[in-house]
Amino acid sequence: MSPLTGQILNLFASVLLLIAFAMLAQRRIVTLINLFAIQGLALVGSTVTVAWATGQRHLYYSAGITLVLKVVILPFILHRLIRRLNVKWDIETLINIPTMMLVGIVLVVFAFNLALPISQFSQSIARGTLGIALACVLMSFLMMITRSKAVPQVIGFLAMENGLFFAATSATYGMPMVVELGIALDVLVGMIILGVFMFQIREQFDSLDIHHLEKLKED
Amino acid sequence: MGPLPELLAIDGIMIVVAAWFAIGLVGIAALHDFRLVGRVLFPLSAVLSIAISGLALYALPGAPQTAVLAIGLPDLPFHLRLDALSAFFLALLGLASAGISVFAGGYFRQGEGTPPGLLCLHYHLFLAAMAMVMLADDAYAFMVTWEVMALSSYFLVTTNHRIAEIRRAGFLYILVAHVGAIAILLCFGVLQANTGDYTFANMRAQSLSPFWASCAFLLALFGFGAKAGLLPLHVWLPEAHPAAPSPVSALMSGVMLKTAIYGLVRVNFDLLGSPLWWWGVVALVVGLATALFGVVFAAAQVDMKRLLAYSSIENIGLIVVGLGLAIVFAAYRMHSLAALALVASLYHCVNHALFKSLLFLGTGSVLHATQERNLGKLGGLMRYMPWVAWTSLVGVIASAGLPPSNGFVSEWLLLQGFLFTGELPNPYLRMLVPVFAAGVVLVAALAGYVMVKFFGVIFLGRPREEKLASAHDAGGLERLGLLWLTAGCVLLGLFPVAVIEVIDPITYALVGRGLAQSGRAGDWLLLAPVSAERASYSPLLFLVVIATVVLLAFVLVRRFYHGRVRRAAPWDCGFPMQTARMQDTAEGFGQPIRQIFEPFYLMKRELPSPFDAAPRYKVTVEDPLWGWVYLRIAAVTEALSRWVGMLQRGRISIYLLYSFLTLVTLLLFTQA
Repeated sequence: MSPLTGQILNLFASVLLLIAFAMLAQRRIVTLINLFAIQGLALVGSTVTVAWATGQRHLYYSAGITLVLKVVILPFILHRLIRRLNVKWDIETLINIPTMMLVGIVLVVFAFNLALPISQFSQSIARGTLGIALACVLMSFLMMITRSKAVPQVIGFLAMENGLFFAATSATYGMPMVVELGIALDVLVGMIILGVFMFQIREQFDSLDIHHLEKLKED
Repeated sequence: MGPLPELLAIDGIMIVVAAWFAIGLVGIAALHDFRLVGRVLFPLSAVLSIAISGLALYALPGAPQTAVLAIGLPDLPFHLRLDALSAFFLALLGLASAGISVFAGGYFRQGEGTPPGLLCLHYHLFLAAMAMVMLADDAYAFMVTWEVMALSSYFLVTTNHRIAEIRRAGFLYILVAHVGAIAILLCFGVLQANTGDYTFANMRAQSLSPFWASCAFLLALFGFGAKAGLLPLHVWLPEAHPAAPSPVSALMSGVMLKTAIYGLVRVNFDLLGSPLWWWGVVALVVGLATALFGVVFAAAQVDMKRLLAYSSIENIGLIVVGLGLAIVFAAYRMHSLAALALVASLYHCVNHALFKSLLFLGTGSVLHATQERNLGKLGGLMRYMPWVAWTSLVGVIASAGLPPSNGFVSEWLLLQGFLFTGELPNPYLRMLVPVFAAGVVLVAALAGYVMVKFFGVIFLGRPREEKLASAHDAGGLERLGLLWLTAGCVLLGLFPVAVIEVIDPITYALVGRGLAQSGRAGDWLLLAPVSAERASYSPLLFLVVIATVVLLAFVLVRRFYHGRVRRAAPWDCGFPMQTARMQDTAEGFGQPIRQIFEPFYLMKRELPSPFDAAPRYKVTVEDPLWGWVYLRIAAVTEALSRWVGMLQRGRISIYLLYSFLTLVTLLLFTQA
């Protein structure tokens, strides 16, 4: 592996991490969707780099699927969804943003610490980036927890999948093709179902604020 | 095509099981056709019952037969095996269910909640499942059929599902059955000893360490005890039996409880290998406690079916006492005595199957004729229902354990077994076991008391209500069923040597000895379990002597007493007239026992004051174990669920936080 490839990979990884932080801090939904699309693009870039450096054919296909699905289709669906739901503005978070950034930093440290023993055993050229992938997963999870509206939660869910995908690429050159296809389909179907849910929630409560779901609790 | 394979007895039995299933399906097709279901399907099923007992008795002395039935999951077929033990219990199933099915044909007349066709399906599924339980030779087949049995009997219990009490009884039943089934499943899990092979053949081949073997024993005792109604898992019995229609009660009490005994014998004597002595003591203690509890509560009941349900608990207790004794003897390698105790238990199983079915069917006839289950409102029915009364009398004598009935034979054999405990090497056991023997005698005596109460209050004296005078006797099919079971009771009582010869192959297979050699004493008439010098019993001689004495007394009374009739105004105790309600009642008859065993009961009494214009006396007797055990378990469960319920906050963020924290904790855990 040439040092240049390594540098490029690290660049994409840091872009991913940066976007994860940006999503954590972002208040507007439209920007959130754009950030998600850019994160997908960074993912495509890193996957193609790994594929080019190692000659793994199937990684090109994965990159293609990611490009189509996460950069084009999903953001398109999301944009249309918020137009139809008319929820462009937003978003009060449950915890204020500086605190969340601090928690995010703790998570990154934790993830790097965690990934250290694993990346020592890995043969992959991208093993150094495993920590970043884990950090992306954890931070997307954190975003899901701290947002009170349904759409940002869905974006958090999708971003988490991005992190997982990146972890798979960096640790073991990606999952088998069949699994990747399956996951891609899952994400798409999950998106559609969540969209339906969001319409239903709004029908029911005249709002997408999931606080209303607390009424469903059994006392 | 090759030559036709020879048809074995096990194939015949499977054909019968399939035919039962088919009858059930026909019942579904004719959902509301009483005549078809009652007059054709149920009698047909009785013929199949006779066939299955014939096949089982034919196969009993032979070598075990096996079969593999490719139903269920792929690569996991049902292994079936017909050996002496399963053949014996299949014969019991056939004999008892033949009478019950014929009776049921006449019993289910007008709609009782569930339509008759559906009832027919449940009933025959129940029969088929019980037969398959006895044939099962791997844990998978056993558990599947065991659960089918529990579910089908649940639907039978809740036949009158429109009544809330009956639904509650059914729920209690299915709950206890499932708790027991879990214990049985765990027991099989221990028995297969990490080999992953759940066939009984593999379990037989394993030898467990004493600790795990004891675990398996205790789990089996708990699991099968839940089905059999051992203390403290008996609570469902007195609820479910009165709730179910009488033929169903008969089938459950007579046959289904025996499947639990079958399971206990199968696990302890067949699968587990050599037992430890203290298992026997545990079984003895539990069995005796159950028997005593059952009989004491039976004495206090005023509902005739509840009374019989408690009496079933008592009989199961006695059977388990016999099993415990057999385990103790087997643990000390006293094989012929173990065989004696085991024979007593198995003999009592088949006796109880017959006489308790008979009595339950009798109560069914009484219930149909009078619409009354309360003993306080019955009485004098012998005049109006002679068939039911006389057949019940035989059942009552058997249940009370009087010679020359079958009940006497098994209780006598059990006590004979106790007489030999002086030869046990363990001094503590030598001191302890006579106490158990005394307990068994007490139970037997109280059982007699209970049965006098049952028969006397229902059939003797004068009718306590006016409507009883219009009670009609049982119909044709019902009479046939009652007669079949009565004949069974009488024959089992009169020819014990023949029965013991039938049981012999089982004890040979399980403990290596039999009784028939010594038991016959060279004579088919005389039963002598160990040797003719020690003790022997001849029921036919007994019968002859009893009949002679009764005849003599009758003649003498007629000769010397009658003809000297003197009519005079009776001393009327200050009452201007006497009514039928002044007879001794069920409450009154049970009162001495309630006094003596007062600490056993949770009794609530409402006594009227002396100045009450409309005095009412009310006494309710409840089971103290319900409060001591079950309500506490319920309270603990409720408290725990409330704690767990605090997790449920209704906010997605919190739920996500749970997953997040779990993930982080697990990651930390793997890192460490």
